[in-house]
Amino acid sequence: MKQSSAAGRLATLRLLAQRFAFLMLVVSAFALMILGKADIVLVEQTRVLVVDALAPMLEAMARPAATVARVTAGVHELANLRAENARLREENARLMRWQTVARRLETETMVLHQQLNVVPDPDPAFVTARVIGDLGSAFGHSMLLAAGSRDGVRKGQAVMSGEALVGHIAEVGQRSSRLLLITDINARIPVVIESTRTRAILTGDNSARPRLNYIVGNPAISVGDRVVTSSSGAAFPPGLPVGVVVSVGEGGIRLEPFARRHQLEFVSIVDYGLGGILPFERSPPDRRRRGREE
Amino acid sequence: MKPSVWVRMDTWVRHLIPATATIFLLLITVVPTRLTVFADIAPMLPLMGVYYWAIYRPDLLPAWLAFAIGLLGDIVGGTPLGANALVLLLVQGTAAAQRRFFLGKSFTVTWWAFGLLAAGAIALNWLLVSVIVGRVVDPAPVLFEYLMTLCCFPLLTWVLARTQMAFLLDV
Repeated sequence: MKQSSAAGRLATLRLLAQRFAFLMLVVSAFALMILGKADIVLVEQTRVLVVDALAPMLEAMARPAATVARVTAGVHELANLRAENARLREENARLMRWQTVARRLETETMVLHQQLNVVPDPDPAFVTARVIGDLGSAFGHSMLLAAGSRDGVRKGQAVMSGEALVGHIAEVGQRSSRLLLITDINARIPVVIESTRTRAILTGDNSARPRLNYIVGNPAISVGDRVVTSSSGAAFPPGLPVGVVVSVGEGGIRLEPFARRHQLEFVSIVDYGLGGILPFERSPPDRRRRGREE
Repeated sequence: MKPSVWVRMDTWVRHLIPATATIFLLLITVVPTRLTVFADIAPMLPLMGVYYWAIYRPDLLPAWLAFAIGLLGDIVGGTPLGANALVLLLVQGTAAAQRRFFLGKSFTVTWWAFGLLAAGAIALNWLLVSVIVGRVVDPAPVLFEYLMTLCCFPLLTWVLARTQMAFLLDV
């Protein structure tokens, strides 16, 4: 009798302890949210450390996934060979016309540059990195890259895929870094409408199509206008293609980014020697120049 | 009789399986699949893992592990720290408290209950992220993510059930 009451008391105690532990965990979750919001260096360092530790594993997992994706893409391409061929032929004809225009403009620009003694834009240094993590989530749009501070990656550098802007570096670890996409809710990119030179800020909202905000003046922006980065705030080099305007209706002016998120396997982290969207931590090590590499 | 070292070690490794499987689900979500649908919105696989083990083996995936896995998800996914941790913790707590209701019930009931719980979890996550970021997160992808999670549930439950049958039947 005595024994059973002791056991019962022990069970009650254990239940109480469990409840208390659960409550403590809830409290610590809230504490973490407040800490994270306060932007403490320690929190960021912890994040970076954990991701760095996971990076080799993620990289190992990303490779077979890339192979599978390549095979799937291959099958898909085979199935659409005819249609794709016709489309490409049409596009080729259109591009040939453009090439003629571009050649003429190039000579013209060269002559003008010579006459005006224009100082040429510097060749950017760059690092190419594999995408090892892509958390598709409605709550944040970022990717993990397999290059970190030891490869010369620094906070705030622009990240490009081909010629299109993908985003910027938000966190840097030893061997990994986090790329914040232009569609993320925290992303703000100074841009300019290519044809009218109207300045604006591109604001992500976790949807596939970011929005143009803080448009200078009251210009007519129409669907199909190309949007490129502006040099405002010396965050990004001017003229990197960002996207094209797809809607100007009630939901604000929205862009379709040129970079296709699901096709990214490798990205270039580009260093134009600018301040970046966030202050740099230290000076860049010597690296290859893009112009010489090609 | 006391079991030998090998038997104890075997049991110990088997007991790690629920946590490992859930972490593995988390890592799968992160792998770049480069599929058009998954690239923007992936189903919340760790949520299903936590739900499943909370019902069938709550002793092997206790609340603190659910919290840790959620925190890891926040860190890897770049979402506000603590939001996912709190959501997974509450899901584990709720499912483990109601597990008597689930045991022996049909799969449809489990699925239906998961639908309710996941709706609450995703809504809470949405609310937390919106409050922390200070702006309303677009609800359309959130809803899509919820539906996707709901659709993946039968497949994942089958996989987890096979895992449980294979490794944890008598330990």
